[in-house]
Amino acid sequence: MQRSIGLTGDEAVAYAAKQSSVDVVAAYPITPQTVIVEQYAQYVANGEVKTEFVCVESEHSALSACIGASLTGARVFTATASQGLALMHEMLYLASSMRCPIVMAVANRALSAPINIYADHSDMMGSRDSGWIQIYVEDAQEAYDWTLQAFRIAEHEGIMLPVSVNLDGFTISHSMEGINVLEDDAAEKFLPPKPLNYLIDPDRPVTIGAGNNPEYYFEFKLQQEDALRKAQKILMKTSSDYKRLSGRQYGILDTYQMEDAETALIGMGSCVGTAVETARKMRKKGKKVGVIKQWLYRPFPEKEILKAVEGLKSLVVVDRTCSFGAPNGPLCSDILSALYSSGLKINTSNVICGLGGRDITIPMLETLLNRALKAPKAKIPQRDVSLVGVRE
Amino acid sequence: MVTLRDLPSEELFLPGHRHCPGCGASMAARMALKASGKDIVVANATGCLEVASTIYPYTSWAVPWVHTAFENVAATASGIEAAFKAMSRRGGKMKIPDLIAFAGDGGTFDIGIQSLSGMLERGHHILYICYDNEAYMNTGIQRSGSTPHGAATSTSHAGSKIPGKPEWKKDLIGISVAHGISYAATASVACWNDYITKVRKALDTKGPSVIHILAPCPRGWRHEAADTVKLAKLATQTLYFPIYEYDHGRYTLNVRVPHPLPVEEFLKTQGRFTHLLKPELSEEVKGIQKWVDANWEHIAYLCGETTTFSTTQDRGNK
Repeated sequence: MQRSIGLTGDEAVAYAAKQSSVDVVAAYPITPQTVIVEQYAQYVANGEVKTEFVCVESEHSALSACIGASLTGARVFTATASQGLALMHEMLYLASSMRCPIVMAVANRALSAPINIYADHSDMMGSRDSGWIQIYVEDAQEAYDWTLQAFRIAEHEGIMLPVSVNLDGFTISHSMEGINVLEDDAAEKFLPPKPLNYLIDPDRPVTIGAGNNPEYYFEFKLQQEDALRKAQKILMKTSSDYKRLSGRQYGILDTYQMEDAETALIGMGSCVGTAVETARKMRKKGKKVGVIKQWLYRPFPEKEILKAVEGLKSLVVVDRTCSFGAPNGPLCSDILSALYSSGLKINTSNVICGLGGRDITIPMLETLLNRALKAPKAKIPQRDVSLVGVRE
Repeated sequence: MVTLRDLPSEELFLPGHRHCPGCGASMAARMALKASGKDIVVANATGCLEVASTIYPYTSWAVPWVHTAFENVAATASGIEAAFKAMSRRGGKMKIPDLIAFAGDGGTFDIGIQSLSGMLERGHHILYICYDNEAYMNTGIQRSGSTPHGAATSTSHAGSKIPGKPEWKKDLIGISVAHGISYAATASVACWNDYITKVRKALDTKGPSVIHILAPCPRGWRHEAADTVKLAKLATQTLYFPIYEYDHGRYTLNVRVPHPLPVEEFLKTQGRFTHLLKPELSEEVKGIQKWVDANWEHIAYLCGETTTFSTTQDRGNK
């Protein structure tokens, strides 16, 4: 049983967190995430949740409190964006290293300077190596669905890692959509049970967060990396269970008309919707284009991406951030690395676009895909980086 | 006030740790746990106390102990407290253990003051203990907001132009009390019974509390390891570090000093101050004495002490 209601992306995330019976929310306001904590505060004020809501004095403290709560054994949720995520940066690494299954929504927003409150991925990409499971969503429906799934992935006993659910600021966070939500009891049944396992317990004293020298540190990191890699399998299992419940198919990536595509666009977040519209339009003109939407960014699903792009002549990779001084954007770096090691000879063009909320339009993507269709067959994976949609 | 007979013989801060001989911080930790007993959770900021007590796979803590980072012990502890509350609401432990957050002066006066302020404002039931050794000792004796004026540190050298730290020490208890909390106190590793009594009192006070304990550091202060307690005592006898408490609106002076010594007696015992004893820097010493007197007058006034020592005169008579 599902109901269809009108919610913005932020509200959808808050609604999913409410249905997840979260024990502790520690959060700090920042645009465009604020609606999530405001909405959650409303649930608290109305007694709709039993959550301990800690209105901390900064994002650094938000994540610090979340870590303290998660270590104790509580189910924990928070949300942030942009500068707030940057302020959390130090603690992001502790959350993953201390194996805290925190779920955090990130309403992706550009980083200062100049200050800008609109969508791009520079915030999360700046923290991509922090050991979090990172998921990017395309719309409010996905924001809701992935928030619920995130708790199950995070809290899986073989994983115990934090998950960030990334939704493009304003484009998703503030756009109202009709979305289907599960009934409360269905959501509750889907989520893992919350055992009262106290790790911080005077009856069983444990030292957590001890200093570490070269003799042990590396092994801790290895365990962390192993758990992160395993998350891919658990995510697949979670998504297949979620499909049975909701009828909606999730997983590592989604494809549109890839079966006979000669070229394709791969991207994350709201731009994928635009890409699908572009492809639909181009298909009508007989052009063989497809789209790959990547939900899971970390752990990087190399095998699945290679399988999706196999047989393509060319590929357009959309990065919604500028990795200053790097050969290309971060998503493209990962894809090129996968291509090289696989030997697939695909002509790859990297597009840096949509920074600071700049529109990513259908004509823009159509031009890119047309160019990619004309690209010569590559002998080795080719690379071509361009900034698109920028005035010169 | 507790007596030796009241103290449990059980050690909860265990020997075998890597603190330096004569470390005041480790004394502050051990004594606090004598007051708290086993039903306690300790959160620790990064610093000497954390690093010397827990190098993996060893630990000195026989109680639950959590360390995340440097500036956030108050926030980490806030989250632990929130989790205990929330989990108790859904059928978990009914008894929520007391919480102590330990941090040094760097982690409190400087980088951690924001998270401390947040914790105090939100009213978590946490005792925050700042072990104050008056510099960043863990990283090699750099000046902090707690380092006293004139002290030589590795970032405020006793140079030929600038003789040690030019700025003055912050008033941590004043800052804490200004948050409207119920209990705050200074303490000293030299006054063990006063300190242990205060820890118990703070834990029994609902809501947040702060104890600021002076914990000499032989390495940073440059004194003999055996003299830690002696120097802590001298800090109070010279009125440099008054021992007092704020309890539900009332200030009390806990250690009266009928015959205070000049601050020079404190300064001359430590390598960090010896450069000030040159005749050409006598004005510096006078300046420190003036600060000590003014601070004492202020605290004596808060504590309603009628005989505020006109310290300069008193010393003149000595």
